[in-house]
Amino acid sequence: MEKRVTFKGWLLPLALVFPQILISGVFFFYPAGQAIWQSLFIPDPFGLSSQFVGLGNFEYLLSDKYYRASFLTTAIFSTLVTLVSMVPALFLAVMADRLVKGAGTYRTLLIWPYAVAPAVAGVLWLFMFNTRVGVVSWYLGQLGYDWNHVLNDGEAMGLVVVASAWGRISYNFLFFFAALQSVPRSVIEAAAIDGARFWTRFFTIVLPLLSPTTFFLLVVNVVYAFFETFGVIHTITSGGPQQATTILVYKVFADGFVGQDLGSSAAQSVILLVVVGALTVVQFRYVEKKVHY
Amino acid sequence: MAAPERKTQGKLPAAGMVEKRGSALWMTHALMILGVLVVFFPIWLAFVASTVTQPEIVSPPMPLLPGGHFVENYTRALFAGVNIPVATMLLNSLVMALGIALGKIAISLLSAFAIVYFRFPGRTTFFWMIFITLMLPVEVRIVPTYEVVAGFGLLNSYAGLIFPLIASATATFLFRQFFLTIPDELAEAARVDGARPMRFFVDIVLPMSRTNIAALFVILFIYGWNQYLWPLLITTEPEMNTIVMGIKQMFPSGDDTADWPVIMATSILAMIPPVIVVVSMQKLFIRGLVDSEK
Repeated sequence: MEKRVTFKGWLLPLALVFPQILISGVFFFYPAGQAIWQSLFIPDPFGLSSQFVGLGNFEYLLSDKYYRASFLTTAIFSTLVTLVSMVPALFLAVMADRLVKGAGTYRTLLIWPYAVAPAVAGVLWLFMFNTRVGVVSWYLGQLGYDWNHVLNDGEAMGLVVVASAWGRISYNFLFFFAALQSVPRSVIEAAAIDGARFWTRFFTIVLPLLSPTTFFLLVVNVVYAFFETFGVIHTITSGGPQQATTILVYKVFADGFVGQDLGSSAAQSVILLVVVGALTVVQFRYVEKKVHY
Repeated sequence: MAAPERKTQGKLPAAGMVEKRGSALWMTHALMILGVLVVFFPIWLAFVASTVTQPEIVSPPMPLLPGGHFVENYTRALFAGVNIPVATMLLNSLVMALGIALGKIAISLLSAFAIVYFRFPGRTTFFWMIFITLMLPVEVRIVPTYEVVAGFGLLNSYAGLIFPLIASATATFLFRQFFLTIPDELAEAARVDGARPMRFFVDIVLPMSRTNIAALFVILFIYGWNQYLWPLLITTEPEMNTIVMGIKQMFPSGDDTADWPVIMATSILAMIPPVIVVVSMQKLFIRGLVDSEK
């Protein structure tokens, strides 16, 4: 789509786009270019010179069992975060949609966690499950379950998943609720007249009608789990125990800033760049075709 | 728009067919309340912890109802903190969030206006350039971006906190979409009247974009406030810490016991501004959310 009516001149528009060009150039294109460039080199241990290795960093990464483990960890983590944030959100949205009165109040209350930063959410959940003072871990102890996410891989993963999914329940709830409200009443009433019970109606009519929203949320939640959960992981587990909760973004940080392995970190950035690119294409192609709000 | 009010068909008897009555209605309310309680529990617990004493917390189980040390704990957090008074961190977060929100809105309004209302050399290239910036979150290019910022001597500065995070084009895209819906007649009339482009921008385009600007402001403010990784990297001095990243710095290294009442008071303080923004501007927020994800 283009405007038919435009203004003349080229100096003014160039001046108008200049701030954005400048900022994107300095803080986006140059660093992104650097990441690609650095990924082709291995710096010497003193950082004085570096040696060109072509795709060596990538070959090394893909054969590195820790990096491959991190891929698997990320896959498990993002699948779980997506499920744990979408299923309760859908359930709450369906419940709220059944109410004629009061749904707005519940919505106002359920929005809260969305505003809580992932890093703060991490601190809240860490507090509840802290091995020494945590309330939940204490009660679990009373029930005979010895909670220790500092040592146990599975428990660490469970905790970062729940802490990451928590704020997203709000987000998913908003979208599901909006979608449910726009399902035509006549369709549901017709099914009700035919004798379909609530859950039958839900699975045969409502859920299929929600599929555009569901797919959209699947993509954005995976993107969220990949890139925006750093704060949760850093506050709760710092990627541990061992590497059990080291997702890809965390590994870029850990190798680049903690381990000072710049070539590897840059190569990881490039791999992530490809992943984001692919996810964005999926999102855009899909959004253009199907989502109607 | 999200969640339009459903047209009630209450006068027709058939309407009752799919709405729940009696016990089923109470059941639904009970489930919703249970859901809200579960979702709220972490926040409630943090609040309780911020109103009791350290000994009450470190000898579990801690109480589940607020104690009487609210004023004491919050005063201690705000004016003493652990490394740095929390009041300082709040100020830093405020500057950063406002800087990101206002800065991004300003540069995006200008460039979207140029793209939509002018034909100039390099326009298509520029358009694709900003399209690419949509795809890369700062998390992916942290090391080189850090080097650039350090090279400019911007570590521990507001400029270093703000600029790298406005280098993305979501807002430009949103404004472009909106400007395309402004009727051509308005620009035509302005041109016939001999109005210069910037006059048209200030008098017509800006006032028409008010709602979009406000909706975007809500989203960007929260985005800026909740940043973690970037402030963690570039603020090495406690004086420049933002509150969201500063909480983690309050935990002692090693085996010392964390000062839980102060840490939890800080967590509550860290979530108050974004929660107020989201809840008080709920309609705008939902609109901004739906728009910016499209």
